[in-house]
This record gives sequence, C-alpha cells and structure tokens, in this order.
Amino acid sequence: MVGPGPGAAPLENANPLIYRRSGERPVTAREEDDELPDAIDDREIFDPAHLIRSINDPEHPLTLEELNVVEQVRVKVNDAESTVSVEFTPTIPHCSMATLIGLSIKVKLIRSLPERFKLDVHITPGTHASEHAVNKQLADKERVAAALENSHLLEVVNQCLSARS
Amino acid sequence: GVKDGRWTVLQLVEALGFCLENTDPRTRGRGLQLLSQVLLQCYSLLQEKEVLHLVLFYESRLQDHHLVIPSVLQGLRALSMCEVLSPGLAVSVLKAIFQEVHVQSLMQLDRHTVYSIITNFMSTREEELKGLGADFTFGFIQVMDGEKDPRNLLVAFQIVRDLIAKDYALGPFVEELFEVTSCYFPVDFTPPPNDPHGIQREDLILSLRAVLASTPQFAEFLLPLLIEKLDSELQSAKLDSLQTLTACCAIYGQKELQEFLPSLWSSLRREVFQTASEKIETECLAALHALSACLSRSVLSSDSEDLLDSFLSSILQDCRHHLCEPDMKLVWPSAKLLQAAAGASLRTYHCITCSVLPLLLEQYTKHTQSSQRRTILEMLLGFLELQQKWGHVEEDESTLLSLQAPVCSVVFSALTDPSVQLQLVGIKALTVLGSLQGFLSSSDLELVVDHLIRLALHEEDSQSSEAAMEAAGTLAPTYPKIFSGRMVPRLGEELQSEREESYHNHHSLQQRCLQALAAVSTHTSIVRETVPVLLQHLHKVQKGTEARNTQDMVSVCQSLHRVALQCQQDAEGCWYFHQTVVPCLLAMAVQAAMQESTHTLPGKALLEEEVLAAMIPVISAATTHLSPELAAQSVSHVVPLFLDGEVSFLPQNSFPCSFQPFGDGECLEAQRRLVALLMAFVCSLPRDVAIPQQEWLLRELLALSCSCNCPFTATTAAKCFAGLVNKHPAGQQLDEILQLAVNRMEPGLAEGPCRTQALTLLLWVTKALVLRYHPLSSCLTDKLLGLLGDTELGPAAADGFSLLMAESPDVLHKGCHADVRIMFRQRFFTDNVPKLVQGFHGAGPDVKANYLKGLSHVLNHLPKPVLVTELPTLLPLLLEALSCSDRVVQLSTLSCLHPLLLEAPQIMSLHVDTLVTKFLNLTSSPTMAVRIAALRCAHALTSLPTTVLLPYKGRVIRALAKPLDDKKRLVRKEAVAARGEWFLLGSPGR
Repeated sequence: MVGPGPGAAPLENANPLIYRRSGERPVTAREEDDELPDAIDDREIFDPAHLIRSINDPEHPLTLEELNVVEQVRVKVNDAESTVSVEFTPTIPHCSMATLIGLSIKVKLIRSLPERFKLDVHITPGTHASEHAVNKQLADKERVAAALENSHLLEVVNQCLSARS
Repeated sequence: GVKDGRWTVLQLVEALGFCLENTDPRTRGRGLQLLSQVLLQCYSLLQEKEVLHLVLFYESRLQDHHLVIPSVLQGLRALSMCEVLSPGLAVSVLKAIFQEVHVQSLMQLDRHTVYSIITNFMSTREEELKGLGADFTFGFIQVMDGEKDPRNLLVAFQIVRDLIAKDYALGPFVEELFEVTSCYFPVDFTPPPNDPHGIQREDLILSLRAVLASTPQFAEFLLPLLIEKLDSELQSAKLDSLQTLTACCAIYGQKELQEFLPSLWSSLRREVFQTASEKIETECLAALHALSACLSRSVLSSDSEDLLDSFLSSILQDCRHHLCEPDMKLVWPSAKLLQAAAGASLRTYHCITCSVLPLLLEQYTKHTQSSQRRTILEMLLGFLELQQKWGHVEEDESTLLSLQAPVCSVVFSALTDPSVQLQLVGIKALTVLGSLQGFLSSSDLELVVDHLIRLALHEEDSQSSEAAMEAAGTLAPTYPKIFSGRMVPRLGEELQSEREESYHNHHSLQQRCLQALAAVSTHTSIVRETVPVLLQHLHKVQKGTEARNTQDMVSVCQSLHRVALQCQQDAEGCWYFHQTVVPCLLAMAVQAAMQESTHTLPGKALLEEEVLAAMIPVISAATTHLSPELAAQSVSHVVPLFLDGEVSFLPQNSFPCSFQPFGDGECLEAQRRLVALLMAFVCSLPRDVAIPQQEWLLRELLALSCSCNCPFTATTAAKCFAGLVNKHPAGQQLDEILQLAVNRMEPGLAEGPCRTQALTLLLWVTKALVLRYHPLSSCLTDKLLGLLGDTELGPAAADGFSLLMAESPDVLHKGCHADVRIMFRQRFFTDNVPKLVQGFHGAGPDVKANYLKGLSHVLNHLPKPVLVTELPTLLPLLLEALSCSDRVVQLSTLSCLHPLLLEAPQIMSLHVDTLVTKFLNLTSSPTMAVRIAALRCAHALTSLPTTVLLPYKGRVIRALAKPLDDKKRLVRKEAVAARGEWFLLGSPGR
C-alpha cells in the first residue's frame, strides 16, 4: 500500500512521530505445557498476530502501534468477568479518521475474541475534539452493524486489518 | 540432394526457374520459400561464387511483391551466416534492406529475421560495417523505430548495446538513437498469461537499462528524463529511474552530471523524506551513494571547480539542521542520506563527518531522555561503522581521532545508562570503536573491559549481558593481552568466591561467569587461561554435595563446548584444548565410575545421563577438527583405555581398582556408561584415522549393545558401533562384522528379554548403512518394515523411521566426518514408501497406525520441494491418516499438508470438503500441538481459490469461534490469525 488512503486527500498529519514496534512476545515454558491454562491478558489483546497492535492506519502505511495510537497500558482485560476495554489516542485532536480507527479496532476484536467478552472501545479522555460523539457511535451496536453493511466502509476496515505484506 | 552434394545450388535454381519467374506472386513466393529453406540447411557448403550470385539475386528480389519478401529475408539470413561471403556484400545487403524494405510494416517474425541478419553481420563483418560510418547507425534507427514486440525488442536492444560497446560511428545520430530506445522507458509490459516465450518485464527493464547506461553520450538526454520520471507518481517508474541512475554513475563523470546535480539532489531528498516505501528509500540511498562515488572519482582539471564539495555542502545544508530539531522528526531520513553520501569515498566521509560528528556529540549531551540519546547514538554508530570500511584511522587527518575523547565519553555514558536499549547501542558502538585499530588508548581499553565485565555479570537484563559477552568475544582477538590479563582473572575470582548472598543470586552469577568465560575465549592465548579455570570449577562442583550439582556440571560442559567450537579453526588452539580437556574429563569420569563400583558415594552426579550427554559434544567438538597425525596420537591412548584399562595417560592416574568397561560383572555397570565418552571421541575422528584393534572393539560394542540392561548404555554402544561401521572401509572385514551383527540381532528380535535392545541396534546399523548406500541397507530396512506389523515392537519401529531420516546430534552426521550421501532421504523415500503403502493396505487394524506413522516420519524429513511434487499420489492416504487417533501421525500429517496447501492449491481444492471437516475436528484435539497445527492448516486453506472456499466460510468462522477461547494462548493466537483471514475471504478490501 503506497501513498494516501481513501480519497487521496492530502494527509492531515503528513509527518507523524513514529514509535518503535515492540518485539514478538517470547513463548514461556509454561505456555508450552499442555496442561496449564493461560488466562487472556492485556498483552494478548495488544499482540501482533493476535490483535490490534498490527492494525494498519487508514492514512499511513504504518501500524497503530508505530503511531502510538494504541499502547499496551491502555488495554484492560478481565478474563474472569469477560470484559475488554481499549483506549486509543488519535494522532492529532482533529483527526477525522478517529471513528474509522475505532471501528477497525472494534471489528478486529469482534472477530478475534470469544463471544462471551463485552467490548468497550473509546478514545483516551482529552485527546480528541469530538471525543464524546465518536465514543457514542462506537458504543452503539446497531450503528456498528449498519456501518459494516456499507461495502465501501467494510473495504476500508478490511484493508486496515489485512496483514502487512 | 544439395546437402549430400549430389545437386549444386545452381542446378536447383535452374530447376526452380519456372517458379521463380512466374508472374503470379504466390508461385514466386513458394519457389523462393523452397530455395530459402534449402539455403538455411546447407549455407555452410556454398562456394564463394554461388554466394555472390545468390546475394545479387536476393537483393534484386527485395523490390518484388510484398508476398515474397518474407522468403527473401529468410534467404538473406541464410546467406548472412555464410563464412565465404565476399567483402562488400554485407554492406550491399544491408544497404538494400535499409533502402527497399519498410521493416516495421512486416510481421513480427520477419522483423526478427531482419534483426538476425544485422546481428550476424555485426558479429562477423564488424570492419566492413564500420566502413559505412554513421549511415549504418541511421539505417538501423529506421529499422527499429516503432518496434513493439518484446521478443524483437530484446534483440534490438542488444544490437544498440553492441553499436555503442564496439564503438560504431554514431555521428550526428546520438539523439535519434537515444530517442528510439528511450521511448520505451520506463518499461511497461505485463507478459500475457500462458506466454510461451517466457519474457518477463524484468528482462526488458534490464536490457533497456544496459542500453541507456552504456554511454556518457546519452547523459544530456537521459538525466532530464530520469528526473522527470522520478518526479512522477508511478512507483515502478521511480524505482526504474533510480536504478538506471545508479547504473549510469558507474560510467559518468563530473562533466555529464554537473548541470543536473541540484535537481537530482532535490528529487532524491524529497523521495527519502516523504516516501512510504522502503524499497524506494533504499534505491534513493544507493543512487546518492553512486552519485557521490562518481563525483569523488572524477579527475579534476585545474580550472574547474570541485563539484563534490558543492554537492556535499548542499546535502549538509539540507540535512544537518534536521539532526538538531528537538522533536527529532526527519532525523532518520537525514542521517541515512548523510551516511549514504559519506560511505562513497574516503573524501566524502571526511567532509561529512567533520561537520556531522561534532554536532551529534553535542546533541547527545543536550538531550537527556534515554530514547532520544539512543537515536543519536545509533546515528553515530552508523558513521563509526562507515569508518570501519576505510580500515585503520589515519593519524593526521581523521576527524574521528580528534574527537576520540568526546566519542569515548558518550559511549561510556551510554553503557552506564539504566535504559537497556541505550546500553545495547552503546555496546555495539564499543565493538566498532574497538575494531578501529589504534583508536582506543590502553587506559580506555581497561575501562572498556571493566564495563564489559560489569555488564556481563551484574546487569539485570539478559539482553545487555549477552551483548556484552558477544562484544568481549569480538574484541578479544584484537586485544588478547588485556582480556586474558584483566577479564579472565576477574571472572575466575567471581567463580571461586563464596559470598554470603542468597543462594539464587550466587547461582545466577556463577552461570554468567561460565558463559562469559566461554564467550571471551576467542583467541588461543585466552583459551589457555580460561580452560584451566573451567576445568577447576568442574572439579570443585563434582566434589560438592549441593543439589544443583548436575545442572552446574552441565553448565560447565556447555561452556567448554562453546570454547571447543571457537577454537576448532585454529590448529594450535584445537590441539591444546583436546590435549587438556579430553584426558581430564575421562579421568574424572573414570574416577567417579571406580568410586561407584567400590560403593563410595561422591562423584555419582558426574555419571548421570544428563552430565555424560553434556560431555559428548565437548569431546566431539574437540576431536572433529584434529589433524590426522594428532588424532592418531590421541586414539592410541583412548582406545587402549577402554579395551585394556590402560590408564597411564590420564592425569592423577592412581585408581583403587582396574577399569574394564567391557568386563562382566554387576559392579561394572557404572564403568559401562562411559562408553558414551568413547563414542564421542571415536565417532568424531576423521575418516582416514586408523583405529587400533578396531575389530575387537566392534565385537565388544556389539555384545554390549545386545546384552546390557541399562537402556542408556545399550543405546550408546549401538550408536558407537553404527558410527564406526559407517566409516569402515568396504570389504571383507566389514561384511564379516555386519554378518556378525545380523546374527546377533535376529534371535534377539525374534523373542526374549532383549528385543528392545536388538531393535535399537537394528535401527542404528540401518541408519549407518542407509547413509552410505551400502547394499545391505535394503535388507535391514525390509526387516524394519516387517517389524511394523509386530504388536509389541511395531510402535517403536515406526518411531525409528524418524531416527533414520533425522539428523542425529552426536554421531552419523557430516560434522563428525560420517559417510553421508546427500540424496539419501530421497532415495529412501523412493525405495521404501511404496512398501509402506502396500504394508498399510495389507495390515490388520491394530497395527495400521504404525505404517502411517512410519510414512509420516519419512515425509516429514523430505525436502519440501520434493514433497510437493511427490505428495499428490499419497494424498488419499494422508487424508485417511488425518482420522488416525495417534497424535504423532496427526501432527506430522498436518505438517505435510501445510506446504501442500500453499503450493499446490489446485490439487487440494478437489478435497476441500474432507480437508475442512478434518481440520475443524482436529482443532478440538486434546493435544495443544495438534490444535495449533490444525489451525495453521485451516489458515493455509485460505490460499485455495476463493470460489472453492466461499460455501464453507460461515461454517468455518463459526467453528473457529471455539478455539478463540482455548485455554492456551498459543492456540488462541493461531485461531485469531486463521479466523481473521477467513473473515476477509471474498469481502471487499482484501
């Protein structure tokens, strides 16, 4: 994927600060033991093949982790109560892509987590101009479902979720 | 007729006379076609005179009807290959073609014929054609102008390249020649599907590039074109332009580049600053490197200004300030540009570093956050590495040398920073500084060593500690004195010290010491210091009574192994190591075994399988690289030790009783275990070293392997036997000993308490013979195949197939000089798989799994490309194997199918229904590894054609929801990847 994303409009934030990718999670001996169960933890939700870390930004050929849009400290999981909460931080306060990024995270989680989990995806407080409006949209199940019926939107979301070549 | 000389061409022409003069162009065409075909077959037999007449005849025919032209050209092509063509004719033929034929209105094949005629003449009549002067060039330009077919273009480009390379006169036609070729730049061509000619886009690109970059005469036209394409939006055009520019720099000089440097630089800079593509960035940097190198190479005439200086100063001006911007955006692109230019020549390096290095050092002190410091240090490191390229530091003019003190202080400060990432970069920088001879003063070096010791032993983060050890290993050969004098004693002290710390801390410190001692042993003089320390520690641990003894001894052995590997290449170090370590280990083991036999307790830990197994690689690595003479010297001590109990060569050789590992008796059990050490030594010897009393030794080993009750000893004896048999020269002696082995095995296999031992022996001997293609191997393999039907030994025999195919770590591999034919796996596959399949179909239900297991072991070890071609015939069997309840079979079948799904999707599509069902079933297997493999296969299914998969999409997605909640993280990871990919199937944006 090269150049600007949908619409080929000039980039809103042409020159973002880029963060280092964290390494692959090392596999521990305990994890190789067939008997012991591993609980789902924050890192797992964040992790590459697993989850949101490797989602591509709709505007840049970079992952959300590289742009620091998602960080492991802003991912909270409670395996026992089956809840997941993800805060994401748009690169700039007026980022028009915030809803799309949130939607991508949400879709990725829906596809990747057991059904028992209750998902909560929202903007890190105080980092976006229209924080509440975006949060409301993301929390509304009907609207999320409707958005995914829109094939153009689905295409963009799928592009964000495709593995980087 | 013409071919055998019964007819002359003249007679043929006369006979065809009616045809050739016919008024109907079609008939004339047929006549000419026949004549041309004949000429193509026998042009080498023609006489000079005949050729002359034929040429004149054909030239006149060029004016004929367009229908006959193809045949005329064929005839001329035949004549152009004649060696007896008289001078002047080539020129006249070409003139006629240039004048009479409008080449681009011909068919592709006929145009190709014209190019062939030109190529033929160019290779044989170069002088004559050059006589034509620029007219020839002009004629050719007209011939190729407008060519569209890729096949012809490849030939035409080659002709242009030859025109330039062989120095034909281009005259006033340089620009025309450029135009007629550059109009294809950048090449835009996609080969049609099923193209039989196999011409790729890349072929055309390279061929055109060779033309464009072949002469500086094109520069004034080419450079503007390249800049234009570089500024376009098209990715491929940018890449092609950059690569062509790089190619041009190899032959251009100042003169050609001068005018275009500013715009080239601004385009390159823009691309590197803005591009998202790593590929473009790399090519930009390569082009900048080439440009700078080209400018540095050019010889200056006294009156012209030095372009390099002004070029570099514009680079510096544009990049330098980015390095000091507080938010550090564009830092990396700028640094990369500067480094690309600096790497071009010593001169560019000077010019750039004397401006940039002080700046970086200043920035380092200005920034306080360790992440920013790390970035700056990484850039600095990049420049230091470039210095390495120029070798030693030049005394008088090196900027680096003048900055010695501040550079060192920056690097040392990084080493003491709490941030591990910064430490790691610091360690890398330290390694580079150390490799610059004469850069570090001796007091700096002492400081370096102290830092490395501290990081290696006391740094909590294991990454830093390992990096410090690696750095010590890299620097030690350059400064052996300071490392052996300062580092080794310190490590030795730490190892000895009995501090009152918590047990755990003490233990991990000891581990670090052992690792560091091994890591720093990269020079013979240091090895002489470290090996005694390690051996002394082994003695100490052996005498101790702590519970962790075994683990500690294994650690020492691991360190010794690493040292052995590091000194293998150096004959002196290798012999020292062998001479010191092997007798010492043997002595300790023998002593321990004696004490065991006489029931005195300590020393027992040394004989545990784990410890003996850890000693095997040490002895083996110390032996494989010995010269034959030294090996022979050593073997004359070791073999008598085991056969005769000859202990005199061991250090501390006063033992309470005699050493007789092959003797009978209950109490000798412990001594027998030491056959493992014998194996490590004797099986690692070079093949041409004769082993004294080999026949006797082989008989003893055989007896031990069949009769011993301890599985470890019996297996080791069998391996040792096999290792020797594999290297034994063919002949009567070998046949006898093999016959003896078969005679011992057969009754053992049939019945009795030692069936397992007999099977183990069978497996190892079979392996030894399969590896060297010995004729007896097929007979032994058949025996093994027969055992698959045995209810008791069947499963073990099936597992044995993995032993046969896999690389064994300690014996029978290339590293220990075994006789291994490279294709043995393929050969085993072709010889035995049909038998396995047959056996499977004939077997009873209780042993069927054994055949499947054997089969999957064989398939698993086959190289993947071979597997993919062979598998389709076995596919039905493999699908059946998926339903087998044995998890080993399931696992290896899944791993066979995985590459097949990716590489042969068409064949697999036929079985999609079975595959989906079986894979989904296996995702709920009780074994984690099977669940993971099944999910990977389910993931790989997505590479089949989408239309085949869509009917299953809903079902798969539903079924994969369950493993998302698997109790194991590694399983969930695969489930997420697979399910995500299935979601994307057939939906937009994939």
